[in-house]
Amino acid sequence: MPQRRSHLERLEAESIRIIREVAAEMKKPVMLYSIGKDSSVMLHLARKAFYPAPPPFPLMHVDTTWKFREMIEFRDRMAAEAGMELIVHTNLQGKADNINPFDHGSSYYTQVMKTDALKQALDMHKFDAAFGGARRDEEKSRAKERIFSFRTATHAWDPKNQRPELWSIYNTRVKAGESIRVFPLSNWTELDIWQYILAENIPIVPLYFADHRPVVERDGTIIMVDDERMPLKDGESPQMRLVRFRTLGCYPLTGAVESGASTLEEIVEEMLIARTSERSGRMIDHDDSASMEKKKREGYF
Amino acid sequence: MNELTEISANITDYLAEQENKGFLRFITCGSVDDGKSTLIGRLLFDTKLIFEDQLAALERDSKKHGTLGDDIDFALLVDGLEAEREQGITIDVAYRFFATDKRKFIVADTPGHEQYTRNMATGASTADLAVILIDARKGVLTQTRRHSFIVSLLGIRHVVVAVNKMDLVDYSEERFREIEQAYRAFGETFDFETLEIVPVSALKGDNIMERSPVMPWYQGKSLLDHLNTVEIGSDEAERPFRMPVQWVNRPNLDFRGYCGTVVSGTVRPGDKVVIAKSGRATEISRIVSMDGDLDEAVSGDSITLLLKDEVDISRGDVICASDSRAEVADQFSAHLIWMSDEALYPGRPYLLKTGTQTVTATVTELKHKIDVNSFEHLAAKEMHLNEVAFCNLSLSSPIAFDPYETNREMGSFILIDRFTNQTVGAGVIWYALRRASNIHLQALDVDKTAHADLKGQKPAVLWFTGLSGAGKSTIANLVEKKLHARGRHTYLLDGDNVRHGLNRDLGFTEADRVENIRRVGEVAKLFVDAGLITLVSFISPFRAERQMARNLVADDEFIEIYVSTPLSVAEERDPKGLYRKARDGQLKNFTGIDSPYEEPENAQLVLDTVGNDADVLADQVIRYLEDNGYIGR
Ligand SMILES: Nc1nc2c(ncn2[C@@H]2O[C@H](COP(=O)(O)OP(=O)(O)OP(=O)(O)O)[C@@H](O)[C@H]2O)c(=O)[nH]1
Ligand SMILES: [Mg+2]
Repeated sequence: MPQRRSHLERLEAESIRIIREVAAEMKKPVMLYSIGKDSSVMLHLARKAFYPAPPPFPLMHVDTTWKFREMIEFRDRMAAEAGMELIVHTNLQGKADNINPFDHGSSYYTQVMKTDALKQALDMHKFDAAFGGARRDEEKSRAKERIFSFRTATHAWDPKNQRPELWSIYNTRVKAGESIRVFPLSNWTELDIWQYILAENIPIVPLYFADHRPVVERDGTIIMVDDERMPLKDGESPQMRLVRFRTLGCYPLTGAVESGASTLEEIVEEMLIARTSERSGRMIDHDDSASMEKKKREGYF
Repeated sequence: MNELTEISANITDYLAEQENKGFLRFITCGSVDDGKSTLIGRLLFDTKLIFEDQLAALERDSKKHGTLGDDIDFALLVDGLEAEREQGITIDVAYRFFATDKRKFIVADTPGHEQYTRNMATGASTADLAVILIDARKGVLTQTRRHSFIVSLLGIRHVVVAVNKMDLVDYSEERFREIEQAYRAFGETFDFETLEIVPVSALKGDNIMERSPVMPWYQGKSLLDHLNTVEIGSDEAERPFRMPVQWVNRPNLDFRGYCGTVVSGTVRPGDKVVIAKSGRATEISRIVSMDGDLDEAVSGDSITLLLKDEVDISRGDVICASDSRAEVADQFSAHLIWMSDEALYPGRPYLLKTGTQTVTATVTELKHKIDVNSFEHLAAKEMHLNEVAFCNLSLSSPIAFDPYETNREMGSFILIDRFTNQTVGAGVIWYALRRASNIHLQALDVDKTAHADLKGQKPAVLWFTGLSGAGKSTIANLVEKKLHARGRHTYLLDGDNVRHGLNRDLGFTEADRVENIRRVGEVAKLFVDAGLITLVSFISPFRAERQMARNLVADDEFIEIYVSTPLSVAEERDPKGLYRKARDGQLKNFTGIDSPYEEPENAQLVLDTVGNDADVLADQVIRYLEDNGYIGR
């Protein structure tokens, strides 16, 4: 059979179809925007889906207050460019209690400032659908998740009892309080994401490119000292090293890699040679192999 | 990554090459423990898709959960849910990606367990090829047949049978030939376009990537070699153009774009098209995209079309090639896979979603069930979890479709339970029932309005529902007397009376109860048509059936009246001594005792019988009719 479309073209068409279906069938959708490369691609696809109109839903960022500064600048610029409303939500109680990754540990901090914060925001705005940029190739419990993934009124995921999802016919029905998490990038791989960014010239946060940055090394993980809140240990002093990030999150929890890759081509090249997965740079995923599923069951994205 | 050395040479060339690779979606299926997940794990591992940190995790997991002592258990790469790892089985589909230098693959690893057949069907619905595994020690099992049948039903035309665990039968050619023969004996009936049978060991990697020296007697291709080269089917882009409208894009008054995914065919500006349901014809004027207007779009593309004329089109319409339109019908025959623990009964309404259209549907007739082992046709009154049946469906309004055989996207649908919102069934359409088009409704000159005008009233169904002994008949009777006294034209249909005549042939099984209500609903509809205020007094315990009765008449013609009495009170009243019999076990399926009563969620009236006189409650109904203009004051 002649295959008339390239792999990226197929993926793009599938994602656009998913995004439109949500806009058409859900009462109040929102696009979760985490500012990373996957979010950048998802936002780009949403703009394509509704061109020349802006996407008919807002963007929402759950701000833990510990994001890289460059991410926040980038976020505001991209939302404005897309002509979309940007909702920024922070768990104010958590902030008042000064919950941070240093004193409270990554897992409690993530629970309060990310998972709880997200649930608060979804409840507050009564969103019945939330787009997320997760991909099935990221992690083995993600590989099991539906594209339209049902959540109970308490945001719980029941992996053993998912709705059958046949063909491209998505069951979007929810009762009051229930919602659906939608993953338009389910079938993309990390390589697809980079290739698409390259092909479509999609802007991404400069932190993905190598630069000289102030870092410290802890237990083999290179952490960037992004602001003065980072407590330094005795004898520790930030070194300028040529590094970049494969994935972006909260700076104290995101490991950098030593790299000189300063163009997209070089990034892709480096990725192809890499022997570890991008998740190895995320400290919250190390805990154990069931940790991601557990977090997701409790409402984490 | 296996082409590591070539990469650095020229990354742009490398990427271009990646882009132009072929693409194949396939599944692994077959009986429990035949080695499906192990096979996928093996493919991921051998195509070097496993990173070092993932491999370290796999080694740790293998020690903890694995079935192989200290050896690597490849299934754990794929069985990603906690429950799966603990039980050592697959519960839900895993979608994994890998590539060779020829093709990119999306593979869905599906569960072998019968209980999770719906998840197997989920994986199969989007695949073009199925790898069906057979344990060499066990041979062809019922589950092998069931999966082969579903694979064929869902339109997969290419099958590879992998006879696995050859290492456990000493790589015996004789054993392999035996199984090969057994499979071909029934596999032929499915008429797959390609059917390859390969002896493998997923665990050891024999005949997976390349032909293994341990089975020199096997002269065919290795599994991967076959996946790399098998030619898949016809060209969707050559079929007639179809685009279900998903979204109407109206950023301003001058722009009206119709968004959707082309599910078959090719479209270009200037093409003549027709809107399937309305039959309106027009022409494509532009194909708009963020990268500029397009000259052409083909099957699979998600696009925005502008049309030459202002035609009334909304979500759910299908834009078709004008010389080859989709069919439009409200009754058709289909194969249905049932996916819910709760049985399907003919007559019960569900939501049917196909493409971008959603309508209400009922199964009007179960023609036969299919025995998945013998493929025999069996008579059926209801359908249970994981069963497959051939049936007739009737819809609340017509849909545009093509038979599944000719168009997978236009001929598939799911059924959704209206109350739980669960996806309970999946179906493939075979053909429209001509009955719908041949029996045109006779347009009658003396119509409903004429009947009602003469009587000076607005006809409606007063549907009294509640437990046995709740007081439905007493109240309905009083209401009818009061209406009659005012000179209103009425008729009262009472459960017990109807069961003596019209519904004499029905018992109290769930299926019969559904049919009981369906008939009464239809009779009530005719009476409303005759201009009567029709009182219906039936326990009618299920929401779905009351909804079905409601759907038969106009929105404001159905008044649901919940006669609310706690079970304990009804049981104490026990006017006919039925509760006592039910408690003694002499009466089966008695509502409230061993059969459920589903309380109405949106009744127009709730009559609380505890501490209220029946006459007062009857007046409450009369007042409702006055207040809402059904009768004068
Ligand atoms: N000796 C041998 N064992 C195998 C082979 N393939 C799989 N197994 C073993 O068979 C058992 C079941 O393998 P799985 O891959 O989990 O089977 P499955 O078909 O995915 O099972 P379900 O998904 O639960 O239906 C495991 O203990 C495997 O190690 C093989 O080729 N040879
Ligand atoms: Mg398995």
